[in-house]
Amino acid sequence: MAYSKLTNAQIAWRAAQDLEDGAYVNLGIGFPEMIAKFQPEGRDVIYHTENGVLGFGKAPKEGEEDWDLINAGKKAITLNPGASFFHHADSFSMVRGGHLDLAVLGAYQVSRNGDLANWRVGTKGVPAVGGAMDLVHGAKRVAVVTDHVTKDGKPKLVETCSFPLTGVGCVTRVYTSLAVVDIVDGHFVLREKLAGLTLEELQGVTGAPLHLEGDPADLTVPDLD
Amino acid sequence: MDKTLASPNAAVADIPDGARLMIGGFGGSGAPIELIHALIDRFRETGSPGNLTVINNNAGNGAIGIAAMIKAGMVGKMVCSFPRSSNAEAFNERYLAGEIELELIPQGTLAERIRAAGAGIPAFYTPTSFGTELAEGKPVEEFDGKMYVRERWLKADYALVKAETGDTVGNLTYRLAARNFNPLMAMAADRTVAQVSQLVPPGGVDPETVVTPGIFVDGLVEVSEPQQEEVLVRAGVVY
Repeated sequence: MAYSKLTNAQIAWRAAQDLEDGAYVNLGIGFPEMIAKFQPEGRDVIYHTENGVLGFGKAPKEGEEDWDLINAGKKAITLNPGASFFHHADSFSMVRGGHLDLAVLGAYQVSRNGDLANWRVGTKGVPAVGGAMDLVHGAKRVAVVTDHVTKDGKPKLVETCSFPLTGVGCVTRVYTSLAVVDIVDGHFVLREKLAGLTLEELQGVTGAPLHLEGDPADLTVPDLD
Repeated sequence: MDKTLASPNAAVADIPDGARLMIGGFGGSGAPIELIHALIDRFRETGSPGNLTVINNNAGNGAIGIAAMIKAGMVGKMVCSFPRSSNAEAFNERYLAGEIELELIPQGTLAERIRAAGAGIPAFYTPTSFGTELAEGKPVEEFDGKMYVRERWLKADYALVKAETGDTVGNLTYRLAARNFNPLMAMAADRTVAQVSQLVPPGGVDPETVVTPGIFVDGLVEVSEPQQEEVLVRAGVVY
């Protein structure tokens, strides 16, 4: 059957549908940040950033940046009413202390027991970890947004990660360009897949068995530019 | 009691070779640029202090601040969580040439190790980095069914911090997200000096709004209209 994989914007849109009203959320630098753009109307979400802000809003207009007011990606931000500032130790207390409802990160690989590799692919160059190893611990849900396969077609959902780990057994849900997969008791459980994609085709590009708990729903996403 | 110092030069005059130096800020916000540049001036004039260990979240941006310290050859080791920023060529070049040492620490662990030092707690357990290469060689222990890594406190000889308003007894407030590591580092060093945008007499800072109590601060210098790191980097300024 014919299908076209989701764009990053469409993956972000799908992840945004699961943002809960009143949730405290950390979106990782880069791709995960896009989720905020698709926050559903009528839901109030409070965004956390590691450098010490809760309740930040959209980027300011060009020329109106205050560079003392930035997010963890060093981009200029604005504040929503009710925002607060705090130092770095309080910020990571919010992370590890179980106070965030959701953290969303990117991934090089996710293993079937929820191990995440997302900070380093080899031993060359300058290593940098930032807050990734902290963010995978403590949030009630730790989700990943990613293409289902690498640029050269290899599975990113795997039996065991071959890249250096960010955290062990930490991911609870993966939103990919083909499917929505939960991690339950050490297994991938398929929740949604593109309607034009057969289960066999999906399994063929997934590096560990996809378990079913009932029929998977269709992964339906609007056209976005 | 009056902790006022005469100038940025006076504030950094006694930092010796080989010192462990915490420098506040995250990326371009909260970096004490004038104190750092005073330290570079001293190094250029006297060749000291060299072989510094610098503790900061990043490893400098552009050609000012910590990046300029690295370029000048004053830094033997960086302790940070994210050295690979978009404008981190100064560090990258020296690191890839094997001329500077790096201790890489997850960001939250870096913050907590500094906080623990300031709080007199020599070690603590955190879930962060368990099962990863950054936990290799560190003791681990299970608590309530989950595994944790033991981390040590992180102390320094000196801390250079940037604050918005300070009174002459050392009470500090911060501006926006420029707070970040500054209050933690102020607690964790043997000697902490702060540059403040406004220096006021005791009573000039409402006690309800004090973020860093004066007990953690040894000296203050007023730098009104301080330079902002990100603005300098974007303007391509070279120090």
